[in-house]
Amino acid sequence: MWPLSDEFPATSASFSGDVTVLAAAHLCKDFGPVRVLDDINLEFLPGEIHAVVGENGAGKSTLVKILAGVLEPTSGTVLFRGAPVPAGNLRGMENLGVRFIHQELNLAEDLTVQENLFLGQELRRGLFLDETAMRAKGREVLAQVGSNVRLDLRVSRLRISEKQMVEIAKAISLQATAIIFDEPTAVLTPGEAERLFRLIESFAAAGVAIIYISHRLEEVKRLAHRITVLRDGRQIATRRAGEISPDEIVRLMVGRSLHDLFPPKKIRPDQPVHLEVRHLTIPGYASDCSFSVRKGEIVGFAGLVGAGRTELFEGLVGLRKVTAGEILKDGHLVKVTDYASAIQQLTAVYLPEDRKGKGLIVSFDARTNFSLLGLQKFGNWFVDERDESREFQAAVKQFQIKIPNRSMPVNRLSGGNQQKVVLAKISAVSPGIIILDEPTRGIDVGTKAQIYHWIADLAELGHTCVVISSELMEIIGLCHRIIVMRSSRIVANLEGESITEDEIMLYATGVKTATPFLPS
Amino acid sequence: MNSTESIEPTAQSHRIDAARIGALARDFGPLIALILLAILGWVLNPSFGSWTNITNVLTRSAITGIISVGATFVIVSGEIDLSVGAMVALIASLMIIIVNQVAESTGNLMLAVAAGLAAGLIIGLFTGLINGILVTKGKIDSFIVTLGTMGIFRSLVIFVANGGTLTLNSDVREAFRPIYYDAWLSVPIPVWVLALVAVSGAIVLAKTRFGRYCRAVGSNADVAFYSAIRVDRIRLVAFVVQGFCVALATILYVPRLGSASSGTAVGGELEAITAVVVGGTALRGGYGRVWGSIAGALILTLIGNILDLTSIISVYLNGAVQGLIILGAALLQRGSRKR
Amino acid sequence: MNLKIKSLVVSLSLGVSGLIGFKAVAQEQIKIGVSVPSADHGWTGGIDFFAQQTKKRLEAAYKNLQVVVVTATNASDQANTLEDLVAAQQIKALVILPYESAPLTEPVRQVKKKGVFVTVVDRALTDPNIQDLYVAGDNPGMGKIAAKYFADRLGGKGNIVVLRGLPTVIDNQRFDAFMDGIKGTQIKVLDSKYANWNRDDGFKVMQDFLTRFPHIDAVWAQDDDIALGVLDALRQAHREKEMFVVGGGGMKQIVKRGEDKDTLVPVDIIYSPSMIAVAIEVTALHFVAQLPVNGHYILDSPLVTPDNAAQYYFPNSPF
Repeated sequence: MWPLSDEFPATSASFSGDVTVLAAAHLCKDFGPVRVLDDINLEFLPGEIHAVVGENGAGKSTLVKILAGVLEPTSGTVLFRGAPVPAGNLRGMENLGVRFIHQELNLAEDLTVQENLFLGQELRRGLFLDETAMRAKGREVLAQVGSNVRLDLRVSRLRISEKQMVEIAKAISLQATAIIFDEPTAVLTPGEAERLFRLIESFAAAGVAIIYISHRLEEVKRLAHRITVLRDGRQIATRRAGEISPDEIVRLMVGRSLHDLFPPKKIRPDQPVHLEVRHLTIPGYASDCSFSVRKGEIVGFAGLVGAGRTELFEGLVGLRKVTAGEILKDGHLVKVTDYASAIQQLTAVYLPEDRKGKGLIVSFDARTNFSLLGLQKFGNWFVDERDESREFQAAVKQFQIKIPNRSMPVNRLSGGNQQKVVLAKISAVSPGIIILDEPTRGIDVGTKAQIYHWIADLAELGHTCVVISSELMEIIGLCHRIIVMRSSRIVANLEGESITEDEIMLYATGVKTATPFLPS
Repeated sequence: MNSTESIEPTAQSHRIDAARIGALARDFGPLIALILLAILGWVLNPSFGSWTNITNVLTRSAITGIISVGATFVIVSGEIDLSVGAMVALIASLMIIIVNQVAESTGNLMLAVAAGLAAGLIIGLFTGLINGILVTKGKIDSFIVTLGTMGIFRSLVIFVANGGTLTLNSDVREAFRPIYYDAWLSVPIPVWVLALVAVSGAIVLAKTRFGRYCRAVGSNADVAFYSAIRVDRIRLVAFVVQGFCVALATILYVPRLGSASSGTAVGGELEAITAVVVGGTALRGGYGRVWGSIAGALILTLIGNILDLTSIISVYLNGAVQGLIILGAALLQRGSRKR
Repeated sequence: MNLKIKSLVVSLSLGVSGLIGFKAVAQEQIKIGVSVPSADHGWTGGIDFFAQQTKKRLEAAYKNLQVVVVTATNASDQANTLEDLVAAQQIKALVILPYESAPLTEPVRQVKKKGVFVTVVDRALTDPNIQDLYVAGDNPGMGKIAAKYFADRLGGKGNIVVLRGLPTVIDNQRFDAFMDGIKGTQIKVLDSKYANWNRDDGFKVMQDFLTRFPHIDAVWAQDDDIALGVLDALRQAHREKEMFVVGGGGMKQIVKRGEDKDTLVPVDIIYSPSMIAVAIEVTALHFVAQLPVNGHYILDSPLVTPDNAAQYYFPNSPF
């Protein structure tokens, strides 16, 4: 039972010389043909907060799942206090006091807080559960994490941050030697996050080894004693926190400087308006949205999840029912009845954010996916497969798609290659207006840079581009202009100097409210 | 990840071998089962190999085979049609009534036959369209829609037949008979029709835009929708194709015995679906092949044929033998689709 | 047998004429429930037809009589309809052709307990004490008569094939009686297969028999639907001259062929769905004429030959 200071040295910073709590030796992990972890060697010391950072898809989650015994490594070993432990044994790791706070929380929603805290570890008196003792203990551990939720409340009725606290309380209600946090702040407000940090620090002070997964640099700077950078499954660096600057962390994570990642912005203000949207309304998602985009312009759409950005553009291209509004292309009214007509009349294509759910048929090969949107051009009735193959080959070359085997279903390709297939797919219809919804989600940095350059090239060729993204760095680095949406409405139109992370967030969260602005 | 390919070369090549055998079984499973079954039949009774028996089996498979081609399209598009058996009975009944009427009122037998063929096709397309509209516009699951129309079609048959059996008048029956019983180049006409339907079905599914869209819609309707495919129209057309195939099959069925009753083609839907699935088409949709369905239909007919030609197995166990062979054929292509 | 049917017809007509006199006096509404299988093949189609026809005739004749005909698609469905007949329709009498014997014995007993007059048709319940009246064809009789005809016609020897119905008690009764009947002769049953009382299966099974056996003297199809399928298979193989076919049931096409002295289908054995009409009429008599009708009415399975075919040919019947 926590606190553990009786059994562990209470000092926090005595890294060297101490026996490691948990260690990874030459860990490798393959998913099918894809190597997601390559020779990882790490040591986690008692009282130390060790941050593991990296971009999406760098292998962070896989690494900690192996450490926690959820996954089995393809090769290599996990060591506990210097001795190898059997791989992939979740129960065994739990018995050793290794706790894993999941990104997706792991609570039984229909049980009460107390039932969850003691699930599988119920206190008993004779044949019966000792409710009194559990209530007392439950209050105690909740107090330790600074939570005051009621013990008899069902978990499904808690807020997400409260659930996380219950999860943490549950982890420490049993003797913990190491606690793994997998992007714990993703669901928290800044205030809640700060409370969590203090809690984590108190655990470390008590001698628990903390493994902290994140891709947010401020957090890492705030918390970590040591930092490991992963990129594309490889361990790029492991340094003391003081020995590495945030800029360097970024460089190591991304593998290049930001300057290389984003192409230079070439703005050509003399271009005519290509797409104009007036008072577009999609019930429940977008109300009275007006904006316009010039030829050759890249416009970013920022906003919180649920602000209505995706649905606005789904409505624009006929994938969703629009109840009011007008769409003009080159000043002419265009009637969009469905996506097919949007492609024809508006020459607009939409890259869905859900790649595997809406962008690709994962059981089909790349060529079939590539030609699905523009199949008509290979014949009205029969598909001219030679023509199709030829165009596909050209697209493979243009997008540098790596396909080991032509008939391989796309779910065996890496995320980056999958995304390139979808990009090739929407480009195949020679669109004039390209709408990209989260175009780089979950793909490696190299591909990200390729995609950014591809978008910039399109714009330079006079295409009109819209990028919907939740990654501020991406939207700021790439777009000429940024429109912010909040609660179904367009609330800001930021250009030039006013494009900053702070400004976008102020509008996105509603701290700053809409000033009337004219569609430019 | 280039680095992975050189790792553990032995494990890799083993995996490829296993994959090759798996792929072979997946690609030719129904054909292998068909050949094994034919050999078994020939060993058990040499008259199995006689030309008469071969044409009997092929002709008999024509009806299920043609229906199963349509069923392949419906199933590949991720839907199911349970109404085809009842549809056969309905089309057959209405055809018989119309043919008898036209023959009686005009006395022109050829005209009566032509009217029967036209009526059959129109009714088939129409019933298919009804199923399709209910599924797409009504937004009702096809399982329920076709379960409902199955009952409706079946009881319409009882109604028009007055609970009894409808029979072609003997003179029109003679005019109609050649469609089932005549042969061209000593191959019976139904076999030619089956071949024609199978080949065109295979081409449509594999080589046309519609076939490609069927597979896309059946694999993932969301992706299809986001690929500007008119998902509902594809599904609708699949049901109409099914109706057309059922009509063709019924046109072959009617001259065979010249009669229809509420008992006509009972269970025909399950037979067609079984043929499709034994043939390697995924019941969940997205993947399918027409020749497999034909092989499946032949397997089903062969089982009955072989059981008739031998007496080594108690007739009480016929159902068990059928079940075992169907499971065996399915087993041959096990693991072909991981989802 | 003729005697029995005739006596019945006589008593019926008596009853009818007698009733016209009663009409003014007995105005109490009488409801008779008729529960039969739905028309899933020719014979049950005939059952439904004769039930409907009898309903019309009786209701026209007796103003205070109402006949409610309900069809069922399986045994448990039929049990449910029984409950409805008793509870909602409040029938005085039940005429039932049970889907299956055993599963319907208890439901019918429950109906009986409510004081309802019970007439069982064709398939007997496992407890004969429940019924007040039992009307049935003679299944073993069909087999016996067919066997006798085959023995006579073939002169005691020959090769035959048998097409059976569905694996049920009725089929077993017919088949066992037939096999019993040809015992001691040199008639050889080459093989017997189920053709499911269905023309399509009759056609298929016969095709295969023709492939398998180069010489067949006769076919016992024991059902006219199956026989029709058999005939088409024979015609296709051009082997109509080689053998003759005996069906059963009294379907009009088959009876007609007998009447026309067809050598391929020389005879038929009656197992008429009109037995349901007899059952309903007799049950009605019990109420409208207060006749004591309890007991067993077994309708014979007469052999229809060219000589007597005319009296068994009903061109308007759907069967």
